[in-house]
Amino acid sequence: MAEELLRVENLCQNFGKHRAVEDVSFTVYKGEALGLVGESGSGKTTTGRAIIGLYRISGGEIFFRGEKLRYKGAPRRFLPEIQMIFQDPMASLDPRMTVGASIAEGLVLSGLKDRRQIREKVEAMLSVVGLRPEHANRYPHEFSGGQRQRIGIARAMVMRPQLLIADEPVSALDVSVQAQVINLLQDLRRQMDLTVLFVAHDLSVVKYFCDRVAVMHHGRILELAPTEAVFERPIHPYTQSLLSAIPIPDPDKEQQRRRVLYTPAPPEPRQMREILPGHWVFCSETEEKDWKSGKKSR
Amino acid sequence: MALLEVKDLAVSFATAAGKVQAVRGIGFPLEKGRTLAIVGESGSGKSVTGRAIMGILAENARVEAGCITFDGQDLLKLSEKQLCPIRGNRIAMVFQDPLSSLDPVMRIGPQITEVSRLKLGLSRRQAREKAMGLLAEVGIPDPRRCFQQFPHELSGGMRQRIVIAIALAADPEILICDEPTTALDVTIQAQILELLARLKQQRGLSMLFITHDFGVVANVADEIGVMYAGKIVEYGTSREIFRDPRHPYTRALLAAMPDLSTRGPLYAIPGAPPDMTDPPAGDAFALRDPDAMVIDYLRQPPAFAVSDTHWAATWRLHPDAPGGEEHG
Repeated sequence: MAEELLRVENLCQNFGKHRAVEDVSFTVYKGEALGLVGESGSGKTTTGRAIIGLYRISGGEIFFRGEKLRYKGAPRRFLPEIQMIFQDPMASLDPRMTVGASIAEGLVLSGLKDRRQIREKVEAMLSVVGLRPEHANRYPHEFSGGQRQRIGIARAMVMRPQLLIADEPVSALDVSVQAQVINLLQDLRRQMDLTVLFVAHDLSVVKYFCDRVAVMHHGRILELAPTEAVFERPIHPYTQSLLSAIPIPDPDKEQQRRRVLYTPAPPEPRQMREILPGHWVFCSETEEKDWKSGKKSR
Repeated sequence: MALLEVKDLAVSFATAAGKVQAVRGIGFPLEKGRTLAIVGESGSGKSVTGRAIMGILAENARVEAGCITFDGQDLLKLSEKQLCPIRGNRIAMVFQDPLSSLDPVMRIGPQITEVSRLKLGLSRRQAREKAMGLLAEVGIPDPRRCFQQFPHELSGGMRQRIVIAIALAADPEILICDEPTTALDVTIQAQILELLARLKQQRGLSMLFITHDFGVVANVADEIGVMYAGKIVEYGTSREIFRDPRHPYTRALLAAMPDLSTRGPLYAIPGAPPDMTDPPAGDAFALRDPDAMVIDYLRQPPAFAVSDTHWAATWRLHPDAPGGEEHG
């Protein structure tokens, strides 16, 4: 088995009475891209933010390289090895800071003082993400949406992270620019040995980018499996419903598409169970038996 | 004859950075009972086109040229007063964000009845009955209860249904939908698209569907116009555009979009859309097209017919272009 980089165990995140994330567990292996998908309110973004430490978690534990990083009551700690990029690059960059200063911020905070060294690192990273070194002196508003997302990526990657949490990194971008950013992230994975937790609602992008996918709904993971299994042989009825709702850019196939409606099954004690090797589904014992024997989910 | 026809429409905006040429001479017919989808990226001019038809362009906008013919009149020549019995009555619009199209401090009921009272002159009671009917028609499970609710008490999908009910309150012939599902989750999007398809069928509506998402388009469109840098670069039936795209931008856009069957590397369109204060001469997409020819940079391509219902404005369709007609 591949080396474990991040392990989330029984993560719970409450906001007041609202349970945004409930008992979520998964492991991210070194070098892979794990997709966290779901609709709004599914808890996917909250999970990403809890991992990076934007919240004090309400329950569970998060291990990074085997070391316990977060648990209820843990002091806030940020690691350069875990970085995050956000959906709206304009909102995540300070409009009054030059791009160079924004990218350098993490380096400065981590104690690097040599200005020349900082400058070199920033300029090198700008080239890596497909911008020019002289862009360091400009301000965010001078850039297009796609370029701003590249700046956000440079800002994260300059810390040489091992894990990148990408929260809807392309959903604010135009289709023609989306592909550039996705391909850039693909290149970075290869060149910089990066592991990615890819949080997104767009299943087509996730299918394209990720090795494994976790489908979230109402704060829980309902299905977790290799990408191909999730898309070709989804087991949980919610996943089936979600996949059937995606419009297909082809008029003929689109006419044949039949939407599967999701009605939650009556409450029963459920947990994540391995139905097929590596294919986990949140289910009861009866459902496990049915699904293992290949019986269609209702 | 088309129900509505746009001809040579050009719209610009005065901004601090200069004059932005948002729409640069476009034309299309909207036939009765059909759905025309205008597909384009941000800044392509697609929303401006919809707003020009509705007569709700921003203050700094200027219609430079063109006409929009509806029922024998040029909408662009009408005064506010003359436009009033058309806008909202016969041509209605649905916007992207349902929350910002609804009044947050007004109950749902009056937001619908005010339209039919004002536009159709219905009595309070008639308007209320009509509103109940509309709420049921757009799939609100409990119209009576919904009538009393405020927008914030409803989900995004329910709010968009309300916005559609308001648009239908004066029984329009044309519905302009500007990214009506972009802000919604994919399962809710599917429901709203089904609703729009049903309304089109039942009411014989003509729709102008403005979107950036080719996936959504395949579901709703009869005809498709692809916009880039203020121009329609290709126009055809839905099947023609998806099966036989001819303009390099249409092809690139279809290739850049991952769908559930995409394998291998994703085609990325190089560069970014042009600055519309100074749009490039010739084919505006040439700068991002690795196979552009010299003439693409110099001269605006005319529309070349591919079939009776399909045309594309690209020099590649010129009989003398290398590779000729057959192009992959």
